[in-house]
Amino acid sequence: MSENAIDIINLDKIYKNRVQALNCINLSVKKGDLFAFLGPNGAGKSTVIGIISSLVTITSGRVCVFGDDIQQKPELVKRNIGLVPQEYNLNQFITVEETMFNIAGYFGIEKRLAAEKIYKLLNQLGIWNKRKNTPRELSGGMKRRMMIAKALIHDPKLLILDEPTAGVDTELRLNMWDFFKELNEQGVTIILTTHYLEEAERLCKNLAIIHKGNIVQKSTMDEIYRIKNQHTYIVKTTQPLNGMPVIDDCEIDKIDSYTCEITTDTMSVTDIIEKLKYMKIDVGSILNKRNKLEEVFIQLTDD
Amino acid sequence: MKKEILIPYQTIVIKEFLRFARIWIQTILPSVVTMFLYIIIFGNFIGERIGEIKNFSYMDYIIPGLIIMPVISNSYMNVVGSFYSSRFMKSIEELLVSPVPNNIILLGYITGGVLRGFAVGIAVYVVVTFFTDLEIVNIWLTVFMTFMTAFLFSTAGFINAVFAKTWDDINIVPTFILAPLTYLGGTFFAIDLLPEIWQNISLFNPIAYIVSAFRYGFLGIEEMNIEFSILIITSITFILYIIALSLLSKGTGIKN
Ligand SMILES: Nc1ncnc2c1ncn2[C@@H]1O[C@H](COP(=O)(O)OP(=O)(O)OP(=O)(O)O)[C@@H](O)[C@H]1O
Ligand SMILES: [Mg+2]
Repeated sequence: MSENAIDIINLDKIYKNRVQALNCINLSVKKGDLFAFLGPNGAGKSTVIGIISSLVTITSGRVCVFGDDIQQKPELVKRNIGLVPQEYNLNQFITVEETMFNIAGYFGIEKRLAAEKIYKLLNQLGIWNKRKNTPRELSGGMKRRMMIAKALIHDPKLLILDEPTAGVDTELRLNMWDFFKELNEQGVTIILTTHYLEEAERLCKNLAIIHKGNIVQKSTMDEIYRIKNQHTYIVKTTQPLNGMPVIDDCEIDKIDSYTCEITTDTMSVTDIIEKLKYMKIDVGSILNKRNKLEEVFIQLTDD
Repeated sequence: MKKEILIPYQTIVIKEFLRFARIWIQTILPSVVTMFLYIIIFGNFIGERIGEIKNFSYMDYIIPGLIIMPVISNSYMNVVGSFYSSRFMKSIEELLVSPVPNNIILLGYITGGVLRGFAVGIAVYVVVTFFTDLEIVNIWLTVFMTFMTAFLFSTAGFINAVFAKTWDDINIVPTFILAPLTYLGGTFFAIDLLPEIWQNISLFNPIAYIVSAFRYGFLGIEEMNIEFSILIITSITFILYIIALSLLSKGTGIKN
């Protein structure tokens, strides 16, 4: 058996309208990983996910899931994958419960066992009391949870989440994070795409960034923190600033009389505080304008 | 076997059955109402003036055609409507990401259409029994022909659904192809009593074979050779099935 949950080898995708969505990409995701797959709008994330889950055809290249080629053993591979697609794909005319039973049926799960699983999943996701409703009667956040429930009915070893928390409120998002972490701890490999980089930072150990159909970064989250580049700090002072402070190697912008932005690629936070102190400027607070992942992301996907 | 084939097949069939059964007022009842109208208008008002055809009253003569007509349109509409709507809502993805073999997906949808064909066929037959004492001559042939007809048009409906791009596209074939072929297929007249040129043209109308074979089962009068009719119908069904299966395997209309 392969070490990896996913192996993508020289994968190309050209859509019927001749859009080249993927440009010979190579990517592996380890078993048991909680992997962030990031990129700006239109980068090709959903295309990759569509291909892994057999919703999009391959132009050339190969994809293996737990060592099995998805084109050679589609039925075997599909048993291992749970997909939460970016767009809702809910049958509007039947209830949550009925949809869940249908999907269980497609995976060959007997009715009695399906009933147990559905009870457990809908409760875990907090939509058990909505089971007799149709998707039209659910809020956006409830529909997202239903999409997650649908993906998990057959206990997949690999869960693919394409922006699972889009349009979800803060509290629910935090709950979902816990839920994903717990699944991951139980051994489920998870791939997550999101535009909330904080989400990726909180949850994921490894990541890849895709831009215009090319993988532009593959690394661990720790490596991202070690990449040396510019930081911008927002500094709040306790006294009003008289004129503009000047520090070597720093670019300083005054925002208002108590606030300035300091951009540097050499100095640490302590250095800055010290220099300011020397100039008799008392620092009330200092914070990183962007988090590190965001900086790397913007740098790599900037045109 | 049970896990991979039987449970998924059952699931699709039950889903498809419930879909039309729940909205029977829209799916079953219209054909029943139309049947009443046909029988009253053609059977009584007009039929008495026409007199007998081949020793049957005009009403009795047209009854087999009147029954098979809604079987054709309902089995077709069931599959085209259901499969297109699952494409439209994207809920078809639930099946595509699951390990259900394509044959089972296709057979599941077709079985749904066949069930609708039988449901409508039986419903209109019940109407008929109020107006005539006609007895079905060969029940097995009649049931077999109903099955083949519903199977054929369910498969055709599936192909239509694969290519449809808008809701309007699912009505084009029923309106511009099925309806004319049905009306010209000998429901209301005997093809073998037509001028020769029309008889020859009818040889290219598959529905003419269906009506003829169904009438043979129902009334026992052979208009077009029964073995040849069954051969034609079976061949068309087989070809359509192969086309539908290859479209599904290629992902036409459902995979990007
Ligand atoms: N069905 C399709 N037909 C043609 N082109 C498509 C199709 N789906 C996506 N594309 C194109 O492929 C490229 C990649 O799209 P994709 O949906 O994979 O991006 P994404 O990274 O998921 O973006 P987002 O963050 O906005 O969801 C885009 O240029 C898009 O226009
Ligand atoms: Mg996307």
